[in-house]
Amino acid sequence: MAIITYRDALNQALREEMQRDDRVFLMGEEVGVYQGAYKVSKGMLQEFGEMRVVDTPITELGFAGVGVGAAMVGLRPIIEFMTWNFALLALDQVVNSAAKTLYMSGGQYPMAMVFRGPNGAALQLSAQHSQAWESWLAHIPGLKVVAPGTPYDAKGLLKSAIRDDNPVIVLEGEMLYNTKGEVPENEEVVVPLGQAEVKREGTDVSFITWGKMVLVANQAAEQLAKENIAAEIVDLRTLSPMDVDAIATSVSKTNRAVVLEEGWSVAGFGAHVADFIQRECFDDLDAPVVRVHQEDVPMPYAKNLERAAKPDAKKAVAAAKKVLYLE
Amino acid sequence: MRDVSRSRRRSPARAAGDAGGSNSTTTDMAQKQGSEHNGASGSIEAAAKGDAALRRDLLREMLLIRRFEERCAEAYAIGKIGGFCHLYIGQEGVGVGAISALREDDYVIASYREHGQALARGISARAVMAELFGRVDGCSKGKGGSMHLFDRNVNFLGGHGIVGGHLPIATGVGFAIKYRGGDQVCVCFFGEAAVNNGAFHEALNMAALWKLPVIYLIENNRYGMGTALERASAINDIAERACSYDMPSEVVDGQDVLAVRAATMRALQRARGESIPTLLEVRTYRFMGHSMSDAVSGTYRTKEELEEHMKRDPIVVLRMMMEQEDGWTDADMSKLDEEIKALVQDAWDFADASPEPPLEALYEDVLVDTTS
Repeated sequence: MAIITYRDALNQALREEMQRDDRVFLMGEEVGVYQGAYKVSKGMLQEFGEMRVVDTPITELGFAGVGVGAAMVGLRPIIEFMTWNFALLALDQVVNSAAKTLYMSGGQYPMAMVFRGPNGAALQLSAQHSQAWESWLAHIPGLKVVAPGTPYDAKGLLKSAIRDDNPVIVLEGEMLYNTKGEVPENEEVVVPLGQAEVKREGTDVSFITWGKMVLVANQAAEQLAKENIAAEIVDLRTLSPMDVDAIATSVSKTNRAVVLEEGWSVAGFGAHVADFIQRECFDDLDAPVVRVHQEDVPMPYAKNLERAAKPDAKKAVAAAKKVLYLE
Repeated sequence: MRDVSRSRRRSPARAAGDAGGSNSTTTDMAQKQGSEHNGASGSIEAAAKGDAALRRDLLREMLLIRRFEERCAEAYAIGKIGGFCHLYIGQEGVGVGAISALREDDYVIASYREHGQALARGISARAVMAELFGRVDGCSKGKGGSMHLFDRNVNFLGGHGIVGGHLPIATGVGFAIKYRGGDQVCVCFFGEAAVNNGAFHEALNMAALWKLPVIYLIENNRYGMGTALERASAINDIAERACSYDMPSEVVDGQDVLAVRAATMRALQRARGESIPTLLEVRTYRFMGHSMSDAVSGTYRTKEELEEHMKRDPIVVLRMMMEQEDGWTDADMSKLDEEIKALVQDAWDFADASPEPPLEALYEDVLVDTTS
């Protein structure tokens, strides 16, 4: 089985789906001649030509809307945002057009399209370039939202997103692009939307998480294992629709839950997960659900402050011990 | 009445002769085209003017919209229509003239003042009225309302409620047409206030850059809600904004349905033949308030101004022309009007009898269950 990077896994997904369906095209800033700001689309202009790998001006609202229009009349656009921070300028199209047109047209216009790009903080990019947007996007009915944390899931979820007849948000991770993992070479890798996966089995506490935080959960679980605490990691993979059964199954097994997310706490997606657990798993719980998240401040630049602001393994370990009443 | 202003104002660099001269720019091409089909313009004029039967059809469409909108005002007053409701009275010549020039496989997309374009495009008065009444037989199954009329059968891509929001969508439709190698055109209707919105700039820049078959049709009714054009735009001749994109443009008398039709035909020829977008500034006037909650004259315009503009009612303008050219009589007009009023009454009755959407519809069409 091949070991490839998250970046190459995404590249494979894009190429395979564009080979499979000529209605699919990639549009965004620097996706063509520059070969992708993060090289996710490397080689694609050469393979597919400039009608299907389209460099845009720096005009996020505009090209997101171009994608919406193309989807309305039957193409299947993949709109790349260089980062989701810039997508804020395009949210009118994502929210008011892509998400709602099917509903407000009485079902006449499905919007088969993907909006994708890196989400969340990298390193010392400061406040405007270090934000996790899943809570905003998962809030919107009419969108599906995925956040792959491994190369395998990146490939499989992106392929499913492209094939889905709904608008799908794909939240990648700048810090994940270089991470490596197993992705089989000679078989179709498709991960169904809406299915979580237990990334690590455990009996003492459940980490419910997604995206880049799966790595943090793994680090925390390793540390806990040294203290004979067996943490289970439920990687939601898809935030909307959320795999509630997977959460309930894990919580019924461990009776303790920590929700780990990259974004801020107020109205964060983790609050939605915690709400589900207290409503549907109340009798299974031996402790209140604890959330780990970014501190509620804009991301600072200084290394030490940035480290303090981010959710990390240390905070996750402390949260696990709290629900185990060990601290 | 037509004032052709295609690229009459050029960028300073070009005016100073710094354009280089080696590249055939869009403007140069458009001007070349313009001069080329000056010879053909006579035939476009003739086709736009049509014959007595065509003019009767145009009059009928405009009258349908007028009577339909009058009944909407009535329905709104008694609570049968809710929410926001923006009437098209006074602007009928714009939608009817432009849409009459289109092919069936062309696309139309509009803003939230779109009852008129929806009817002109061929959505039935019944389906539009039922939508406004929030009933299941509405063209959007009662889920869109006045601002979100859609009909896939006639390529009517909505009814969009965010000012400027549908302009990039129109650019995307043009992109898809070009992607597929088709020769359709997308016509995008919006008010003049939208030109101050960033989406206008982004949409037109890409359409010109990529040469997409889109007609951006400004319905300049002089007011963005209650803010006059002069209080909102640094340029009052807003067609001149086209020079920012090297895009052909034209100023059109929107109260003359035949002039709108002719200008649209010229723009269609550019779009279909050469995949060149056009900005049309169609000057019109709304005879009603911005929405049903706005008094007819309002605080932002005088009664005198309104009355002055109402003298150029698009229906009267065409009717007078038909009286001279086609022997159209008062009796003809009365007969047509009775026919239209009956049709609108039928739409009302149909809407009134149509059931509310079933509660199961609440969760329908949020997402589709399919993949490709």
